[in-house]
Amino acid sequence: MKSRQLFALACLLPLGIILAAFFLIPLVRLFLIGGGGEAGFSRYFRVLTMPRYYEALASTTILSLAVTAATLLIGGIAGIFLARNRFPGHGLLVAILTFPLAFPGVVVGFMVIMLGGRLGIFGQMTLALLGERMVFAYSIIGLFVGYLYFSIPRVLLTVMGVAEKLDNQLIEAARSLGAGPFAVQRDIVLPALMPAFVAAGSICFATSMGAFGTAFTLAAKIDVLPMVIYNVFTESADMATAAALAVILGLCTWAVLALARLYGGTNVAAAG
Amino acid sequence: MNRVAYLLALTLTVLTAAFLAVPSFMSMLAGVTQVYARGIASGLTTDWIVEVWALYSGTVWRSLLIALATLIFTLLLGVPAAYSFVVRPTRLTRLIDEVMTLPLAIPGLAIALAMLQVYGGWSWLRQSSFFIIIGHVIFTLPFMVRAVAATLSAVDIKTLEEGAASLGAGPLQRFVDVVIPAAAPGILAGALMVVTLSIGEFNLTWMLHTPLTKTLPVGLADAYASMRLEVASAYTLVFFIMIIPLLVAMQMAAIAARRSSGVRP
Repeated sequence: MKSRQLFALACLLPLGIILAAFFLIPLVRLFLIGGGGEAGFSRYFRVLTMPRYYEALASTTILSLAVTAATLLIGGIAGIFLARNRFPGHGLLVAILTFPLAFPGVVVGFMVIMLGGRLGIFGQMTLALLGERMVFAYSIIGLFVGYLYFSIPRVLLTVMGVAEKLDNQLIEAARSLGAGPFAVQRDIVLPALMPAFVAAGSICFATSMGAFGTAFTLAAKIDVLPMVIYNVFTESADMATAAALAVILGLCTWAVLALARLYGGTNVAAAG
Repeated sequence: MNRVAYLLALTLTVLTAAFLAVPSFMSMLAGVTQVYARGIASGLTTDWIVEVWALYSGTVWRSLLIALATLIFTLLLGVPAAYSFVVRPTRLTRLIDEVMTLPLAIPGLAIALAMLQVYGGWSWLRQSSFFIIIGHVIFTLPFMVRAVAATLSAVDIKTLEEGAASLGAGPLQRFVDVVIPAAAPGILAGALMVVTLSIGEFNLTWMLHTPLTKTLPVGLADAYASMRLEVASAYTLVFFIMIIPLLVAMQMAAIAARRSSGVRP
């Protein structure tokens, strides 16, 4: 029995050492650097009173909330629809809708350029229809579209996974008792899918808050927090401020995911 | 669902699929078009792909190498840990599980900044691809461990092990002869996930790379910022060609796993 315990411990040890050395210790160090120098730990509050930083935090939060709401609506409807209906082309649609899951943020940014950049389809269409080439890729709309692009596949998969397991007997029972299609959705389907929506929504929000590659490619004029952190780090080399902002951002995304998990869903976010 | 609701939902789903597919399709097209602004009428060409290969093939090989190294490390660290998680769940394993999944909740940018603070000064490490590999291992480990642990709990590895133990097999022999074969579907699913994520990782890699350790996504960011649209598109096409087989394999592995064990991986 003793040897078994030792073996299980030995199995755990390498992972524990690597995590501690290359993740935990660096994270603690980042937190200490953010609280170092003359300002000390008051920097964590002070950075949030500086317009450049709190405005970035506010606009990133608003953008992420808007993306989450739009994604839950679109991904929710499409996910429930695909889970509950079978038709020719079903597999192809699911494949197309989940393909972008493997795109890095930079590629998503480029997809937005293909849609709304100077040579984008949207520009060509508006040129043909309205006689004016419209470009949205480098504005906040471009960021919104890009974040929507990488969020939809994640939400869709989560919703589909739960909707497929939905008990059909409940729906049949509600129908036989006289509930219309709308009432069935409102009273049976949506409550059953609530944990999936919470999980998917929290992942979507956290990923949007931390997304860096898409904003980087679009070089948008709007300052999202990850871009601000990157700029502070590279341009002014103000390490303490960059560290404090990174810790604040990390705490935000972690807290959202932890709260959602407390509510009941399990969520595993992926990179944006 | 009644007819109107059905049609509305179908339309929304198809439009959403178009929103996702059209730009990737246009980009693939642009990568093989002479002059994208003039459309396909200007003629198809492989010149851009040749140019991309001449400029950036190094990033493709480096990304593949990093993905492979990342896979080896996640296997060596992750499979034994997953076994330990399932067979002997303790307060310690729960704690390690929490810490291990933390990199999914914290933006890659912050993790990379933290790594740079501690190890940025170690120039031999900072200047080698190994620094990027470490970042990718930290980021992909939870996917490997979760996939393997899910498979091991589904096959009831404890009972299987008891059987092997009663026949006199030692811990190491049981691990090699019983645990690893039982975990195989999970290992496969985890491995595909790890390789796909590593090849596409940008947020960490951008901070950790040097001009001599550029990966594919880093090169893509470079091309998007400084190259003409056709070259950027051809480069993106190369990336698509690399990940599509991985995604298809992932789908097939998931279907096979569901068929063989009746559980989702």
